[in-house]
Amino acid sequence: MSEAKPQALRAEALESILIERGLLTADAVDDVIALFNERVGPMNGAQVVVKAWRDPDFKARLLADGTEAIKPFNFTGGQVDKLVVVENTPEVHNVVVCTLCSCYPWALLGLPPRWYKDPAYRSRVVREPRAVLAEFGVELPERTKVRVWDSSAEVRYLVLPQAPEDVAAVSEQALLARVSRDAMIGVGL
Amino acid sequence: MDGIHDLGGKRGFGQIVREPNEPAFHERWEAVVFALSGALGAAGVMRNVDQFRHAVERIDPVAYLDHGYYGRWLGGIENLLVEAGLVTQREIDDRVQRSGGALGRVAARPSDTPDRIDYAPEGLEAQRPLAATPKFAVGDAVVTRNVPSTGHSRLPAYARGKPGEVIAWHGGWVFPDANAHGHGERPAHLYTIRFPGQVLWGTGAEPDTAVCLDLFEPYLEKAAPP
Repeated sequence: MSEAKPQALRAEALESILIERGLLTADAVDDVIALFNERVGPMNGAQVVVKAWRDPDFKARLLADGTEAIKPFNFTGGQVDKLVVVENTPEVHNVVVCTLCSCYPWALLGLPPRWYKDPAYRSRVVREPRAVLAEFGVELPERTKVRVWDSSAEVRYLVLPQAPEDVAAVSEQALLARVSRDAMIGVGL
Repeated sequence: MDGIHDLGGKRGFGQIVREPNEPAFHERWEAVVFALSGALGAAGVMRNVDQFRHAVERIDPVAYLDHGYYGRWLGGIENLLVEAGLVTQREIDDRVQRSGGALGRVAARPSDTPDRIDYAPEGLEAQRPLAATPKFAVGDAVVTRNVPSTGHSRLPAYARGKPGEVIAWHGGWVFPDANAHGHGERPAHLYTIRFPGQVLWGTGAEPDTAVCLDLFEPYLEKAAPP
């Protein structure tokens, strides 16, 4: 058995102190785990993407005002005061980061993966986005411009990936399965 | 502040390490930290998100890089709890040692003279309608101020003193630089500014790249005419 990390022991020490003081309930931790394991995750963002792929009218509204367009979905999970959706095209590829902390559209994508919060991604993707994208397996034609969105305020960004060519021939369920979290951050296609 | 958190453009961190099928939380203690952050709000210790972000920025810089995302949050949470007088670091140390564990490096660095925030947020979210006319319009050429930052700021160092173009205006928002320190919400107009890669990184920049940042009006000046 591996030794518990000092930060794990410290977190649990604080947990027990705050429970004794009545500042934390005993089931708060289970509630958090259940929320992010079951209700909040990339499946929410995927619904938005697939709707935009299948419904040109919704796509136009989504790109014009993302906040308003996603209201009917009633997503929970926070961190989206204002949503801006940026569209990938053959001319422009978009990718999202938060260099100062790890801002991320929780309600749409769940909690961010470790790499998104780690110094390597945060430091490099603004300076050398093409190299970072290549590391993720995204090879872009030279003519495709790259735009990096550094989430430095409360606006949250979602990348709308390019629709697959067979979008009209495929079921909604099949399309949902094809939208990856990475594509909605911009490090996948 | 000019801290370790301001990572944009830094070199030397190497490859991005990915993990297939990551869980939301890798270990229980990460969810504990997440739950603690919620409890801080309820206890009135964390009055706004800007204060929390700054509390994380103020932790030990070595721990910032070494303890991971939830380790950083833990440091910020401990800063705020100790500064509010709700717990002492000795108390936490004692409890860790009683459980038979090693203390290790402690991320928190609570201040002896912490900021006091004596007001509640004026809204659930951070958007605040502003009567004042925005100083800039989409298409304007602007330049970011180049001021060293001692407190909380959302202008990354790599984008200071740089010319860019306004590509969007988002209305009025709580100004983090003031709100994090208890100086009021002082709403300011928020814009998205696009900076070409070459402007930020010089001749070594990758071709046809740009970085877009959401920046508050106090960070910006009109660019001098060419």
